[in-house]
Amino acid sequence: MSRLIRRGLRWRRPYSSVAASDIDHFKTILPPHAILSTLSPSTLPVSELDPYNNDWMGKYRGRATTVLKPKTTQQVSDIVRWCASRDIAIVPQGGNTGLVGGSVPLKDELIVSLASMNTVRSFDPVSGILVADAGCVLQSLTDYVAPHNHIMPIDLGAKGSCHIGGNVATNAGGLRLLRYGSLHGSVLGLEVVLPDGTILDQLTSLRKDNTGYDLKQLFIGAEGTLGIITGVSILTPPSPQASNNVILALPHFDNVQPLYRTVKRQLSEILSAFEFIDRTAYDLAVKHGQGRGLSEEDVAGAACFVLVETSGGRREHDEEKLTDLLTNLLEADTPLINTGVLSQNPAQFSSLWALREGVTEAVSKEGKAYKYDISIPLASFKTVVDTTREQLRSKGLLGEHAVKHVLGYGHVGDGNLHLNIVAAAYTQEIQDALEPFVYELVASYRGSVSAEHGIGAMKTHALHYSKNDVSIEWMKKIKALFDPRGIMNPGKVLE
Amino acid sequence: MRPSAARLLNILVPVKRAVDYAVKIRVNPQQTGIDLNVKHSMNPFDEIAVEEAVRLRERLKDAVQSIKAVTIGPPKAAETLRTALAMGADSAIHVELPDSAPAPEPLGVAKALRALVLKQSAEEKVDLVILGKQAIDDDAGQTGQMLAGLLGWGQATFASKVDVDPSTNEAVVMREIDGGSEEIRCRLPLVVTTDLRLNEPRYASLPNIMKAKKKPLQKLTPADLGVDFTPLFETLKVTEPPTRVGGGKVANVDELVAKLKEAGFTAV
Repeated sequence: MSRLIRRGLRWRRPYSSVAASDIDHFKTILPPHAILSTLSPSTLPVSELDPYNNDWMGKYRGRATTVLKPKTTQQVSDIVRWCASRDIAIVPQGGNTGLVGGSVPLKDELIVSLASMNTVRSFDPVSGILVADAGCVLQSLTDYVAPHNHIMPIDLGAKGSCHIGGNVATNAGGLRLLRYGSLHGSVLGLEVVLPDGTILDQLTSLRKDNTGYDLKQLFIGAEGTLGIITGVSILTPPSPQASNNVILALPHFDNVQPLYRTVKRQLSEILSAFEFIDRTAYDLAVKHGQGRGLSEEDVAGAACFVLVETSGGRREHDEEKLTDLLTNLLEADTPLINTGVLSQNPAQFSSLWALREGVTEAVSKEGKAYKYDISIPLASFKTVVDTTREQLRSKGLLGEHAVKHVLGYGHVGDGNLHLNIVAAAYTQEIQDALEPFVYELVASYRGSVSAEHGIGAMKTHALHYSKNDVSIEWMKKIKALFDPRGIMNPGKVLE
Repeated sequence: MRPSAARLLNILVPVKRAVDYAVKIRVNPQQTGIDLNVKHSMNPFDEIAVEEAVRLRERLKDAVQSIKAVTIGPPKAAETLRTALAMGADSAIHVELPDSAPAPEPLGVAKALRALVLKQSAEEKVDLVILGKQAIDDDAGQTGQMLAGLLGWGQATFASKVDVDPSTNEAVVMREIDGGSEEIRCRLPLVVTTDLRLNEPRYASLPNIMKAKKKPLQKLTPADLGVDFTPLFETLKVTEPPTRVGGGKVANVDELVAKLKEAGFTAV
């Protein structure tokens, strides 16, 4: 019943469905191949829209009848203006690789896919500033700037399909955040189509611009609820000339924090990743062949592991620093680490990374996963994992019959823990044992219930654990100001 | 004749520093070779050879008296030896060439290795040479065979399994051949070249990397071995394969047929 009430609130405004007459209008804006619609008289089978209606995990399913694929900002503007006049709700969609159901319709909203807006507008090899259409795939941008010796400031598992516009709209984090900071820093400008069709052009290429309110920041992480990002100006850093990595085996979790401090101090500017994997996560990754594990004697007595990556300008310099660090770590009177392995070539470099990056896949092979992407103080990583495990044990849910593993891994440098609960099957009992338990636990540390995955449709009800009433009230005011009709990605972020 | 009692094995593992396989190869503008200012690492087949030597010791324990790695190359090739030492070799020899020297050819390398085997044998006889079946930079795949020929030893090439019995002075080697494998028995001394399936090389652990720094690394010059690496052949030109030309789209069958005719295709 409460679900119905929530639904009712979410859909307090009746939106218009897309009608055949709307398609006729869209035909005046777009060429025929840019309109995918199952509405009569079209004979397009419904299954053709599946990739747009379903998220990649198969968890959320929309019922949109129409997908538009504009190629220019003006076309996006014309579409939105028409929708505003007709009260048609819109879901902006990039690569549709999100984890929280933010990029698919909840009902039959119109999908505006940015996939055809995939041109690089300009790149300045001196400043490293790249201006690109929102629909450019992250990997293709990486490839575009590579010959100029630059890299994209973000990198994540979905790089082969996610769009830069979607990355910005969700403020995606990923593996390079420790080194290059969040998109709030590296995005220099945006071009956005507002919910009434107006084009907001803030596509500047300035490193410094203190002229009033920085509006673009509002759209970074708004998950498409305030407008459609159509163009991005982003600062790309020079590519490192040398990379190294090492996996360290630690006797207990308490050593992670002092180790992080030591590593930061000694490696300083060349430190580019400091990732944490607990023993359960490591064992699962090895079990499911995600990367070659260390030898038996190296892992004996290890409670957790840390992957350290360095990136720098000169290999000899980096290796010297890293060797000094490792010598100090091994020869200390009370060593923080048991042992470790240092990659000797790019193949081993990838293999060590696979042990960390492969945890996600290993978890999905092991069973059904409840995933919590949380920001909490580093010191509490282990407590949170242990407390969650105890909670499940006290409910009699720990064991092969229900929850097989409770594990933690993540980005120590960013205070971001991925808490995963691997169960034999999704059940209401486990769900009830975990929620709101985990959210309350996170709130008790003043943490975030969504560190990098966003809110989407999945966590709107949990927003209040991380944002107080005043914050949510002002978020709602901002939403109402930009989108008084509430047509832009309804039901996402805010209930 | 040697007594047939169990004896101690001395293993020599030649390794080569090569452009890493993950590096995208670029031809230099003069078309005389490739850009060498890129990441190098130990030739993967040689890494397998080092691993096999270390595994032989793990299996045969004290029966393996020594594992010695050797490389022929510029000063930086010493890093490759440090990797071999970190994996478990006891000592290393670096036949150092100047940075400007041309890359040695298989025959030159084989002659140098023979000289080294004979030199070593004055102290402790080399029983087994294990090396990669080929290096991934020149793909010559000749050194092991030439070395066996020059020494008058047996050879077991493309090995996917190696069993050594020190008590009988014999080795049983599984070889990769077309469409299957072949098992052969050979007498020591022996040259073995490694294939991909032989093993999966270990990571170098931090304590072993630290220990490797203290292991002996001897430097020799070509003159010390009485060999000379002057190339026997000359590289005329190195070019990249032609880049693929993208296709085009046609709107309908008629246009396709017209294009085909234009390109000289006709109906049979």
